Amino acid sequence: MADIKAQTSANAALAADTWTLGGKEFSSRFILGSGKFRLDVVKAAVEDAGAQIVTLAVRRANTNQEDSILDSIPEGVTLLPNTSGARTAEEAVRIARLARELGCGDFVKVEVIRDARYLLPDNAETVRATDMLASEGFTVLPYMYPDLNVARDLVSAGAAAVMPLGAPIGSNRGLVTRDFIRILIEEIDLPVIVDAGIGRPSQACEAMEMGAAAVMANTAVATAGNIPLMARAFGDAVRAGRAGFLAGPGRVLDGMGEASSPLTGFLEEEAR
Amino acid sequence: MSAAGEKVVAAAPAQAAEFEAVPVGKRCRRILSMDEEAMNRAIHTDFGLDPMTFLPDMDVLDNGMFDRVLDAVEAYDPGAVTAADVRRVLDADVVEPADFGVLVAPAAAPFLEEMAERARAERVRWFGTNIQFFTPLYLANYCENRCVYCGFNCESGIHRARLNEEQTIAELDAIAATGQEEILLLTGEDPVTSDVDYIARACELAAERFKNVGIEVYPANVADYARLREAGADFVTVFQETYDPSRYAKLHVRGRKRIMPYRFEAQERALKGGMRGVAFAPLLGLSEFRHDALACALHAYYVSRAYPHAEISFSCPRLRPAPGAVTPNGPHVTEAQLLQVICAYRIFMPFAGITVSSRESARFRDHVATITATKVSAGVSTGIGEHTHQEEEGDDQFEIDDSRTLAQMCKAMRGMGLEPVMNDHVLV
Repeated sequence: MADIKAQTSANAALAADTWTLGGKEFSSRFILGSGKFRLDVVKAAVEDAGAQIVTLAVRRANTNQEDSILDSIPEGVTLLPNTSGARTAEEAVRIARLARELGCGDFVKVEVIRDARYLLPDNAETVRATDMLASEGFTVLPYMYPDLNVARDLVSAGAAAVMPLGAPIGSNRGLVTRDFIRILIEEIDLPVIVDAGIGRPSQACEAMEMGAAAVMANTAVATAGNIPLMARAFGDAVRAGRAGFLAGPGRVLDGMGEASSPLTGFLEEEAR
Repeated sequence: MSAAGEKVVAAAPAQAAEFEAVPVGKRCRRILSMDEEAMNRAIHTDFGLDPMTFLPDMDVLDNGMFDRVLDAVEAYDPGAVTAADVRRVLDADVVEPADFGVLVAPAAAPFLEEMAERARAERVRWFGTNIQFFTPLYLANYCENRCVYCGFNCESGIHRARLNEEQTIAELDAIAATGQEEILLLTGEDPVTSDVDYIARACELAAERFKNVGIEVYPANVADYARLREAGADFVTVFQETYDPSRYAKLHVRGRKRIMPYRFEAQERALKGGMRGVAFAPLLGLSEFRHDALACALHAYYVSRAYPHAEISFSCPRLRPAPGAVTPNGPHVTEAQLLQVICAYRIFMPFAGITVSSRESARFRDHVATITATKVSAGVSTGIGEHTHQEEEGDDQFEIDDSRTLAQMCKAMRGMGLEPVMNDHVLV
């Protein structure tokens, strides 16, 4: 039957759809932040979202506390420690090294922020930090303001992906920088991971439909009324958006319907 | 306004006609030079210093911030604020500096529940359910100042003590053993007995045992803050006490603390010295608390504008009784008024840390932590040497209400749906 055949082909397309970072292969394209959670719900959120990568602040993991954030992240999940708290490239490097010492692996999300109010990333310092960390063998994922020239510099500096912000961290305002992220997706050959500002599953879905490689969220899930349910909603939305992108969306018409060949219909078929 | 370099004469009795001073902004002056003996005499004499005149050894920033804040407070009339003003401010996405006074006016009191809702939404957005803990360690209670409301003031007959290195280590170890990872080192304000070397050594010892070291000591110059930063401290708390100049002059009778603008500029000097963050506070109840809350909010706001990387924090102490101190006849600040102020801070600067003192009750602190506060002290003692019950104990600075241990606090905070965080910091 045609329907079953089509469905099988859709399943095969999704199953084959993996992506790679630092030599590791992932099938989930939803990255969960852990910063604003109660520890007892982190595990549930990771599992319900189907996340394979979880970010955590090194500064938060820098504790002797018995029930630390590190213990609450399920095994098998790849940790993506971030350098939040760094104000310069050098500070980011020191925090990344500490992450290694704490046993968080070689992945690092570079955050260099000199702005306490909106937590906007310092792109210039981020490029410098990426360069230094890549040369130390880290798999570097820089959090950045979506600027094409900076993204190209990050590629040259050895980034494994770029992580443009959709809106200020924690704002839940969605894809405010949509048009600029679209440019990065078109122009940059590395995975583009939309990070920060995603407030609703529908916004995560839209980012994936645009062709983002993955979406990251924290506040939107952590501050939901039902955290595991919201985690699941994000996981589903990211999968749906990805499937939509892979399927190749049909054209969207600006105005009314259109004739099939309004301008070129006058041409007559020429005799051979 | 006087032209730059114009000579004026300091106004205080001990300085009058003796020392030339140059103007600093609209309200302040700076004495150009003064021999050490005369300076010490003025420091240790009641009303010997002019509250608006910097001494020659004090860094002066002269950036207009002091005048800007005091001008705004002088123009503030809480009684003129209407319910319609409050509605307008609460309906706006962002609270403008000019509108902070609206939120702490009497007209906003009936909106307290709505303010608390908005404060909580901001708190959750910025900090999730995290609640941080710290403990203060009082190193010494010697003080050169005479502040009429404070138990440490130099005229009070309390037992004085200063921890030596061995005692400091014992106290730090005792606190660390409870599971604390953040410590706040305090001294009375005596730069001779507790000099910068002494405090720097305590910072080094603390940094070996704690992830996060803050200091609450006398205001210092930029170079001294840089030294303390190098020693391992990176957060500075200075209470302005009150931003009302006439009240400030009446309450702070003797000592360097009498010089109001030098204290006001302490946070900026700390940031120039490389500190990561700074905390601000009036001691509510010393003067008109609405005016003081407005001044503090503007002070913190202008500092955050000038130093956008700085971590900004508010402390929210109310005046409490202390041994050896006179309670001034300031208006009593009720719990509801205190909550109104704390919610206003959160709504105005949603990203700022807010600490609630152990002067407050367990009931108040537990609830405020869910609404707006992000940091609470636990296992608090305000005496000297009390964590190890050493023999030569110094008396307490003030009476605390919430004396719960860290373990008790963690349990209580979990019960309120909050996640205890011992450390959220890497010293870099």
